[in-house]
Amino acid sequence: MRQTVEPILEISDLQTHFFTKAGILRAVDGVSFEIGAGEIVGLVGESGSGKSITGFSIIGLVDSPGEIIGGTIKFKGEDLNDLSNEQMQHVRGNRIAMIFQDPMMTLNPVLRIETQMIEAIQAHDNKISREDARIRSRDALGLVGISSPDERLRAYPHQFSGGMRQRVSIAIAMLNRPDLIIADEPTTALDVTIQGQVISEMQKLCRETKTALLWITHDLAVIAGIADRVCVMYAGRIVEQGLVANTIANPLHPYTRGLMGSVPSQNQRGKPLQQINGMVPSMLSLPRGCAFQNRCSYVTEKCSSGRPDITHLSDERQVRCFNVSEVPKL
Amino acid sequence: MTAFILRRSLQSIIVLFVMSVIVFVGVNLVGDPVDMLINPESDQAEIDRVIRDLGLDRPVSEQYWYFVVNAFQGDLGRSFIFGEPALKLIIQRMPATMELALFSLLMAVVFGIPLGIYAGLKPNSKVSKTIMAGSILGFSMPTFWVGIILIMFFSVSLGWLPSTGRGEVATYLGITSSIFTLDGLSHIFLPAFNLALFKLSSVIRLARAGTREVILQDYIKFARAKGVAESRVVRVHLLKNIMIPVITIIGLEFGSLIAFSTVTETVFAWPGMGKLIIDSIYNLDRPVVVAYLMIIVVIFVTLNLIVDILYSVLDPRVRIKGVS
Repeated sequence: MRQTVEPILEISDLQTHFFTKAGILRAVDGVSFEIGAGEIVGLVGESGSGKSITGFSIIGLVDSPGEIIGGTIKFKGEDLNDLSNEQMQHVRGNRIAMIFQDPMMTLNPVLRIETQMIEAIQAHDNKISREDARIRSRDALGLVGISSPDERLRAYPHQFSGGMRQRVSIAIAMLNRPDLIIADEPTTALDVTIQGQVISEMQKLCRETKTALLWITHDLAVIAGIADRVCVMYAGRIVEQGLVANTIANPLHPYTRGLMGSVPSQNQRGKPLQQINGMVPSMLSLPRGCAFQNRCSYVTEKCSSGRPDITHLSDERQVRCFNVSEVPKL
Repeated sequence: MTAFILRRSLQSIIVLFVMSVIVFVGVNLVGDPVDMLINPESDQAEIDRVIRDLGLDRPVSEQYWYFVVNAFQGDLGRSFIFGEPALKLIIQRMPATMELALFSLLMAVVFGIPLGIYAGLKPNSKVSKTIMAGSILGFSMPTFWVGIILIMFFSVSLGWLPSTGRGEVATYLGITSSIFTLDGLSHIFLPAFNLALFKLSSVIRLARAGTREVILQDYIKFARAKGVAESRVVRVHLLKNIMIPVITIIGLEFGSLIAFSTVTETVFAWPGMGKLIIDSIYNLDRPVVVAYLMIIVVIFVTLNLIVDILYSVLDPRVRIKGVS
């Protein structure tokens, strides 16, 4: 898939740091990956791995004291870091849209759904009439499976359930037919049954409209179901990336293996779940060398000597580990 | 909605009743108005006649009973001093107080909300720190002192604005007020600012606190992610959310603005109800004091009701229901 399409987003060596009183927090520290047009890429990692900050960096909404201090974010060949605030505002919600984690919090509680939808259209099209924008909003609601969208437009967010609100957010993200949608754990806050529905609908919509999707999550199982490719993040860096099928069948980085091992599966009924030892290290005091060394079962002396570089195994497969060749196959 | 208003009105009547008992008993405990009213040289027969005329020879319970019976007929008693109905006296003075209170409130909102939002959006800037320091001053300086300083500075030293009275009034749309003439406006400015200062400080602090809280919410970030212009994010998404607590406070405080305008009215010799009540307390003019306090209670209760209704308009999550 990747060879056939032009990359729509190319991130290289992105660095987003937070300048806190306790020191510099390198939330994103040298992240590079690409997303092809219409491609679905999963970005997986634990809480605090920097995956959400990567998403917010792309859309230019990193809250202070965070700041993008290095790297490029090329969107259709143009570096988003070079754009002015006003230019960036026209990219946001228009070419790149974002869906947030908690649907209970993303819609403004005191504004009607129609207000929140129409403003998203009018923000990028000052000629469109309110009535036309309303019709487009209604159609978008219908598209994400909300029944009687005409009435629902007049409703307030609190009159919707969590799953419905997330559908509204998805509809809003889709309103301007963006080239890329960044979905930041959009199903984490939902019931499992609703999760499944939202995931498959999202996948269907993106395939139909040829919209690229960056799906940020901590749940490998979700990625397995939706994405073409996966990037695994740990402590601000991508430690492994590749096609979903290969990566899941044959994880190479010890961290990815740990993640795979901790997914409950039907084949291992009765066996205790494997877990990754230890805790995510504090981003303020990362160990010298590989950030994962303290929790890694394949650790060698080399690991504390310096930061491992990316090993390109094939076009799709990249691993950031000194011991790729030594780590035995699963 | 109707049921809600009815229920609240019933509650208000109970409040009014309890209040009237407390006030009535209270004013009967302090001082003897007869001493204030009669000529010091009059004889005992003359004093007895005045006491009988005013009904002060009856037990308090009986006086209260007559008060209630008359009150139901719209008569809150006659002023001992002026010999006119207390209600009429107060209502004559009410427009002056109302215009002062409304103008102050307007000042507090028009200046307070933008300043508070600014201080909330840029908490570390010098301007914001100045605003916040100013609001602490506004809170802590006593109203009468600020009033005197304002007069000294703007009226005496600079001679820009007049210090006493209401100035010229004009009638517009059936309302007679000093805000319709330039002279009246110049008269109202200082007392209104004096009265507004405390409210202005609370509005600034509320707006700032609200802004600091709301700006971090996901829905603000989501609005930005939609590409909505920052000015609209502040004007629509932020403002509507911070208005909820601000409206509550403004509504409730409007009552206290009216009630406590007494100090400002005294300092600036503003011919309003506050000045009347101070004079009446001084002269132990019981009916006027009682009538004034009753009216203040009615105003408070009404404002509370309006605030509750407004609240439901602003925040769709608050739905007023007929059953509780």
